[in-house]
Amino acid sequence: MSEDSLSILIKEVPHSVPKNASLRQVKKEFKPDADVMVVNGFPAEEEILLNDGDRVVLIKRGERPSHEDLDAQMAARHTPGVHEQMQKAVVGIAGLGGLGSSVAIALARMGIGTLILVDFDVVEPSNLNRQQYFVEHLGMLKTEAMAKILASVNPKVRVLVHNLVLDRSNLVSIFQDADIIVECFDRADQKVMILEAVDEFLPEAYFVGASGLAGYGESNTIRSRSLGNMIFLVGDLIKAAEPGQGLMAPRVGIAAHHQANLVVSLIMDPQKTAAELEDILD
Amino acid sequence: MVGETITVNGRTVPWQEGMTVQTVLEVMNYTFRLLVIKLDGRLIKKENYKSAVVPENADVKVIHMVAGG
Repeated sequence: MSEDSLSILIKEVPHSVPKNASLRQVKKEFKPDADVMVVNGFPAEEEILLNDGDRVVLIKRGERPSHEDLDAQMAARHTPGVHEQMQKAVVGIAGLGGLGSSVAIALARMGIGTLILVDFDVVEPSNLNRQQYFVEHLGMLKTEAMAKILASVNPKVRVLVHNLVLDRSNLVSIFQDADIIVECFDRADQKVMILEAVDEFLPEAYFVGASGLAGYGESNTIRSRSLGNMIFLVGDLIKAAEPGQGLMAPRVGIAAHHQANLVVSLIMDPQKTAAELEDILD
Repeated sequence: MVGETITVNGRTVPWQEGMTVQTVLEVMNYTFRLLVIKLDGRLIKKENYKSAVVPENADVKVIHMVAGG
């Protein structure tokens, strides 16, 4: 850097500007129609003078950024080293209800490479109490609605959808490329079915299931566990969805984010993840 | 030593000659319908509960799968 210039990042791209440059000058040169200016993560006034190393983002309200710009700016919030690993990963999600819809969105925000989404259902009003759909999605296939939501969250994620009932006969063809399979079913018999089927037919894939997440309160009884052989289970293992004890957004959300967090952890360091969670059964 | 044992969900339980996964469930009074059972790291399916022999010092994990998602 020379004595009379500053090096700043504009939309994550390095630029050299004159020393004592104001935000107004930078805006004029790079994006005159911007109406929101953000410097180092905070809204800023045009009058301020920039310092070396400042990160400047210039936004025109309502304007859609190009894919390139969006990638660069989203990547700025990803932790280096983590994002690279996320981009390589393929994660299958079995069921797009309260668990699956939240897991999918969390992983998309993390910049996951590919999501394989499976569900046979349509979005109905009773889903809105805990699932990440909107009124405008009522009547749509969950796979289709979730693909739309994910495209709005992070268009870079590759989303493959299968609108069908998952069973032992089609599991392999759908999830054979998945590094990790996340079980997000509602019915207990389906949970057992897919756990056994993944163990039998896809032994190379990690399995992250859930059991016991109904009701409210007792946040701290929801835990992540390793059952060995690449099988992980989230939940309290007790609280079933049943009359008088419904599924509720906050507690389902806790379990879903345990699952998503386990997925990230497995992508980063499976051995460490398994070792940390071994033999927790209480 | 007063006889051999097995471990079920971290608890020490007396071992019996000819013990199977089915016997363990009866001894432990586990009556849930939908279980995930691991015997020394191996997943045991429901149809094999009666035939899966539980040896001395075995580690058995019995996990209840409940509805909700």
